[in-house]
Formats: sequence, structure tokens, C-alpha cells
Amino acid sequence: MTTQTQTGPDPKTALSSRGGGPRADRSFQVLTLAAGLLVLAVLALILITTTREAWPAFDEMGLRFITENRWDPPSEIYGGLAFIYGTAIVSLIALIFAVPVSLGIALFLTELAPRRLRAPAVTVIDLLAAVPSVVFGLWGVLVVAPKLVPIYNGIHDLLGGIPVIGRVFGEPVGSGRNFMTAGLILAIMITPIITSIAREVFDTVPRGDKDAALALGATRWEMITGAVFPHSFGGLVGAVILGLGRAMGETIAIALIIGSSTQITANVFASGNAMPAVIVSQIGESTGTFTAALIGLGVVLFVMTVIINTVAQAIVRRAEIRMRGAAS
Amino acid sequence: MTTPNPKVETVTASDRPSVSINAPSTGWGAVGVDTPQAAGAPVMDLRDVSVFYGNYEAVRGTSMPIRQNQITAMIGPSGCGKSTILRSLNRMNDLVPGARVAGKVTYHGQDLYAKDVDPIQVRRRIGMVFQKPNPFPKSIFDNVAYGLRINGIKGNLHDQVEEALTGAALWDEVKDKLKQSGLSLSGGQQQRLCIARTIAVRPDVILMDEPCSALDPIATGKIEDLMHELTKSYTIVIVTHNMQQAARVSHYTAFFTAEVDEKQVRHGRLVEFSETGKLFTNPSDKRTEDYITGRFG
Amino acid sequence: MTTTAEPVTRPPAGAPDLSRRALSLRRRLTNRIFLGLFVVAVFVAVVPLGLVVWSVLSRGGGVISWEFLTADIPNSFRRPGGGVGPAIIGTLLITGMAALMAIPLGVLGAIYLNEYGKQRPLARLIRMMADIMTGVPSIVMGLFIYSTWVLLFETRSGFAGALALACLMLPVIIRSTEEMLRLVPDELRQASLALGARKWRTTVTVVLPAAISGITSGILLAIARAAGETAPIVFVVGITASTNWSLFDGENTALPAQIFRNASQVFEPAQERAWGSALTLIVIVLVFTIIARIIANRFAIKER
Repeated sequence: MTTQTQTGPDPKTALSSRGGGPRADRSFQVLTLAAGLLVLAVLALILITTTREAWPAFDEMGLRFITENRWDPPSEIYGGLAFIYGTAIVSLIALIFAVPVSLGIALFLTELAPRRLRAPAVTVIDLLAAVPSVVFGLWGVLVVAPKLVPIYNGIHDLLGGIPVIGRVFGEPVGSGRNFMTAGLILAIMITPIITSIAREVFDTVPRGDKDAALALGATRWEMITGAVFPHSFGGLVGAVILGLGRAMGETIAIALIIGSSTQITANVFASGNAMPAVIVSQIGESTGTFTAALIGLGVVLFVMTVIINTVAQAIVRRAEIRMRGAAS
Repeated sequence: MTTPNPKVETVTASDRPSVSINAPSTGWGAVGVDTPQAAGAPVMDLRDVSVFYGNYEAVRGTSMPIRQNQITAMIGPSGCGKSTILRSLNRMNDLVPGARVAGKVTYHGQDLYAKDVDPIQVRRRIGMVFQKPNPFPKSIFDNVAYGLRINGIKGNLHDQVEEALTGAALWDEVKDKLKQSGLSLSGGQQQRLCIARTIAVRPDVILMDEPCSALDPIATGKIEDLMHELTKSYTIVIVTHNMQQAARVSHYTAFFTAEVDEKQVRHGRLVEFSETGKLFTNPSDKRTEDYITGRFG
Repeated sequence: MTTTAEPVTRPPAGAPDLSRRALSLRRRLTNRIFLGLFVVAVFVAVVPLGLVVWSVLSRGGGVISWEFLTADIPNSFRRPGGGVGPAIIGTLLITGMAALMAIPLGVLGAIYLNEYGKQRPLARLIRMMADIMTGVPSIVMGLFIYSTWVLLFETRSGFAGALALACLMLPVIIRSTEEMLRLVPDELRQASLALGARKWRTTVTVVLPAAISGITSGILLAIARAAGETAPIVFVVGITASTNWSLFDGENTALPAQIFRNASQVFEPAQERAWGSALTLIVIVLVFTIIARIIANRFAIKER
């Protein structure tokens, strides 16, 4: 096979192992595999160790841990429903504000922006993502919350009398630390992630589909609803759910802004609490079953985010497969 | 080598006496006879059209007419600018950043690039079928209905969809599965669906950018038959890399080539425009002859 | 042959109206309004960014001084003066240690996914789990380290924080590195293998260097994110008022934890320290982010 030349390898050793031999190859592969398996190990360990530490609380409370609305550490009663509710309501508010804005930015970047505006706009989004959440929390609690109180009062005066809607916009808490402020700050924080996924999704829409719509005399907006949205619907749902996962896990900003009170109320201007915020603010002073209960909240949060992320990924993947099917 | 002025030829081509128009020697000569409107009258006209991308002049100085209810083919080696010229006819080039058209493209005497002209109105009347079949990821029905809906065209939606699908010779194959995804069809069917989608909005002119290059010979044959049918109602401009196809279907042919100018920059250029039969049997330019006899490209 | 339609009857073509006026008002307005809303959306994102940056600069700028950056933390929220020196040292030590652990493991894991595992079921499982791990809230990562390391050794320490941050960085580094390795053209691998190099050599000497700037950029972004993480730091690292150079011995602190503690205080000196710490933290995070972007841009140019 080899033509012998003066400088060529010695035929006797040419086919033998050099440079560490096959064993080196094997060891390297095993090493990389071990690093990959570490991901699985850590995830499994998270579930096992936290559940083990939380067991005293789970054991004591059973299902009431997530169905009962009473959090009373001195009496050893840990019903975290109010915190689950708080997490849900704050995340919902965040999504209501963040989704339209994120989709708008993503569409601006993919369909509208002249090339020279695209880079600065992307930079803004990147910078928004780079600001640590604790800084948003600091800004939210010291600057935003007090400034929003008059606005909340205005909205309450305007809409508070209307049945049903009035209950949502109830009496605002004086500090401005409430579900609404927390949701708004959270919206700013999850906008970059939803924007960047939505951008990727919009980028996968084939040029041909857009051209086809435009060639039929569609306006740009009609092209977006007719060609871009049908193609990207699945991916967008995935993007929103991933944003939801992020919102649910956000801790510090919420802990500073939500106002720390254990209540379930429709009033978005009332203070409340959320799972991660409770954990971070109470674990310092906790012992025994109290600590177990706080870790238990973490387990609930972990399971919820894993489910949400898995669903989001499955949706995104299915959408991708459908699109690839379209291409072939 | 001296470059002959292409204008000389194009002027002769566009001023060709109308005698030959109703009976082109290839394609379907009979078409002109039963068309309701004045077949052969120029619908569009290009005068000294150049297309620039930034400072780069991709195609330079193209002049030719597009005649009513006739098929005009554009052929030439790749990179000769035939697709670029095609896309300048319904302002699809507007979508390319930095693209600019010089010269004059007229449609029924109106300058397409005049200031108050809306590209959306232009595209509504001058439709386009693309190289790769590109149905929307929607049902067959909704694909065809899309253009009708956005353009707010009145009338019975179902009837109009059926009419368009019939017009694209696809109705019999899909009438029982209108709710299925357009993507479930074969490549040839998809392309006919795209044609149905285009004719549903009743355009005046249909531009086709290598519509058969992604299809097998049988599907190609069906599209070519369809194009023949369509000339009863539409004016067609087709870009093709397939000389035989141009010879089979078109009444007029424009031959483009790429030339390197004195600054070593490549430009696309129209070499010859004439009635298809003449261009293929008796080309007046040496470069056309070389190309069609396979000596070049 | 299928049935063919009758020729389309069209109003006589004369000179059709091609002007904008011919487009119905409703369509024109809808188009304008929605395109306008996209631009509004961008501004809606720019405004809070501008406000945050302005708040931090204006309120933190006055606080920053050499003393603030180096002095010990006062042990009362009420007392003015002092600084956050120990927190800066703590942030650098803890984040640095986390990076030391997460970078090699992350890069190796990415090599497994892209060079060995590819589309095998195990690799796909790891890839999927890495994506899920990216979404695990940082507080849960903190609880994980708390219920293992902290409870096991019965002590909070800088290293516990580093472990939590490393767990947060690991999946991010794996996925971003894998993306970069995927961009390396197969021809390079084949060229090296055809020269008789073994696969591990090819990977280490050809594939990794080809993707190195992209990988570095991804790693720096992961470090920047980790440096700003607060939740796990607050309860696994503990608290200290004076600089602790040891990650293993005794409690430590970090800038995000200082901001969190001080932000919820009503005392002016505490709030000042919070703003000063926020500015310091943002500068640290921005430096990493900007370096990452510069490296990434270089890479993009080289790709072309």
C-alpha cells in the first residue's frame, strides 16, 4: 500500500502503534465519555440528595405539602400552596409582557431591520441578558417599586370598581413590592432568552416561503402571518415554555421585590411570595424539618422545571422534524 | 476581441415585424389564434435595464419586450444574470439589501420603478413560480386560498380554489384531499400547487424561475403541458438552464451570457433576443451559436 | 389529461393602478401598525436597559473608591464607609475555581458528544439532559450542594459555592463547545487521520485548535453568567467581613451576595454599598462579555 521512499516510515514499524497506541485512543474516549456521563450523574444526584434531605417534611405533610395554604414553621406546618401560586402568577405576568415584546424584537431583527441596525439591536439584547439578576432586583426594589405605586393606585381607582376585573387590580400595597412589580422585572429578565430562541426559529423559515408570499402581493405583515408564523409556531411555543421555565426558577430579583407575605389572592397589586424566594430568604434561619421543608420546595421546583423544559424541548424538536420533512 | 453592441441586436429583435408572432415556428403556433386578447402586443418592456448589487453591476444594458400570451424564455450559462433580470420584473430584487435597478422596466406603459409604484401591487399582477417548489406548510386548499384571502378577492372561495387548481391541472389529483398538507404532495404536484396558488389571484404575467430544475422528466413534461395551457390566459416569462425546454415551450428566447469587461469584472449581458425558432436554427450572433451547439457553457 | 379551465376573464388590461393608493387602507394600515410595533418592542427593551445602567452608574459611581474596592466589609448595615474588598476577592476566587472545574469537564463532554457519541442513543440522552440541566434553577443547584457538600462537611465555604457554579456552567459549556466543534469541517479531521494521526491526537491538535476561539467565547459567557449568580452563593458560601483567601477553610462572600443582603436594608450606607457592588459586578461581567464578543467576532471573520 505504501510506496517506500527514503524518508518514509520504516515498514517494520509503520503499522505498529505509535503515539500512545490504541490504548491512548481508548482512554481518551473513556475520559470524554465520563465527562458526558457526569451530566446524567449530577441530574440524578440532584434529585436523590435533595429528596432525601427533604424527606422529613414530605413524610410529615404528605400531599398537603403542595395543596395546603398554611406555612407555619413554629407549629411545624409546611403547606406551600401559596408559594406555588406566587411562582405561577408572577411567571404568568412576566410571560404576558415578555412574549409580545420578544416576538416583536425577533421579527424586527429577522424581517425588518436594515443590516446596519441589526448588530446594535442584538448587542442591546445581549447586554440585557448579561446584567446579573441581582442587579435587576436591586434596581427593582429601590427604584422601580416606589415609582410604580402611584400608577398602581391610578389603575386601582380606574378599574377597582368593576366586578371580576376589579379583584385583579385590588388595593395596591404601599411599598410597590408585589406580584406585578416582580412580574414586570421578571419580564425584562426573560425577554433576551425568548428573543434569541424566537430569532433562531424565525431564521429557519425558508426564504422560498417568504418569497412565495411576497410574490403573491402580500404586504410584509401578511407575509409574516402567512409564511413565517405557520412555519415557526411549534418553535415559538417551545421558546415561550423555555422562558416560563426560566421565570419560575428566578430567585433573587423576586425575593427582593415580591414582598414576602404568604397569601393567595387574585390581586396582582398585593404582596406575596414564590418558591425560590422563600427558600433563599428563609434557609439561613432554618433547622430540622423547616430546612427539610425548604429543600422540599426546591424539589417541587426542580421537578416542575424539568417537566417544563422536557415538554418545551419535545415541542421544539417535533417542530424541527416537521420542518425538515417539509424541506425534503 | 471586440464586444459588439448588444443594443443593435435587441433593437432588431424588438422591432421584429409582427408577421411571425401569430405563428412562431416552434412551441405551439396555434395558441395565438384562439386567444381572446391581442396576443403578441408587448405587456412589459425592458429598456437598457441594469441591475446593481451595491456597486457591482450584475447585469448590464438589457432591452427586450415581453409579449402578451406568449412564453418568453431566458437562457444562458449560470451567472449570466437571467434570474436577476427575471426578479427585477416584479421587484423581488427589492428584497435583496443593496440591490438597485437602472434603466426602465415598463408594464402596460407604466414605469415599475416609479416613485409612487407599490411593489405589492406589482407582485399581485406579476406573479412568480420559484425554482424549488415552495408550498406553505398549510393545507392544499389554504395554499391556494392564501393569495385570495390576503388580496381580499371577493367571490366563492371554494369555487375560485377549484378553478385555480383546475387551471394548474391538479384538481383531479387533489380534489379528495384538499385538507391535507401541501407538503404531502410529490415534487411535481407541489410545483403545480405553487402555480395554482399563483394563478388564483389572476395575475397578468407569470414569472417562472427554473420551475422544473428540481423535478423528474415526467413531472417536467406535465408542467410544460400546463404552461402551454396557461398561455391562453397569461403571459409567461421562464428562466431555464435547459435549452431543449426553451426550444420546446417558448415563443421567444433571450440568450444571456457572462462577459468580463476591461476591468476584469464579470457582468451578465443579453446577447440575442428573437423568436425561438430563429434563435435555435439561425442565430445571428456567433456566441449564441456556440452556446446552442454546445461549444460553450 | 385533466380538465382544463376556461381562459380567465380579466378586465381589459389597460394601465392598472400600481400606486400605493390601490392597496386597501385596511391592509396598508395593518401592515404599518404591526411593523411599527416591532420597532416599539425594541425600544421597550432598550428603555429598561438604559434605566438600569443609568441607576447603577449614577448611584454606584459616587460610591466607588479605592477604599471601597479594597476595605473590609463593615459589620453593621448602619455604619457608613468600609468597602466590599472581601466580596470582590471572593467572587474572583469562587468563579475562578468553578471555571477550573467546569471548563475541562465541559470541553471533554462536548468532545464526547461531537466526536464519539454523535447520534447514538446515549449521546442524544446526554445532549437532552444537558439542555434540561441548563434550565435547572440556580437555587436548586444551591440546594443540591447544600444537601451534599455543606451538610456532609458541616461547613459553608467558598468551594461549596464554586461547586454550585461549576454545576451551572457545565451544561452551558458542553452545549456551546459542541456547537463550535460541529462547525469544524470534516475535511480537517480526515486530513489529519490520513496523515496517520490517532483520533485523540486529531481531536486535541487539529479539531480543538480550529474551534478554539468559538469555544473560548462560549466559556467566557458562561463565566460571566456564573459571576452574577446569587442564589446558590447566599446560602452555601456563608458570610465573612474580612478577606478569606481560602476556598476550603471558613466561610466566604461574593459581590452578588453583598448586593442581595444590602438591597433589602433601609439604611442609606447599606444601599450605597449595594449600588457600589452592583457597579463593580456589572463591570466584571461586562469585561468578560465584551472579551467573549470580540473573540467571537474574530472567529466569525476567520470563518469567512
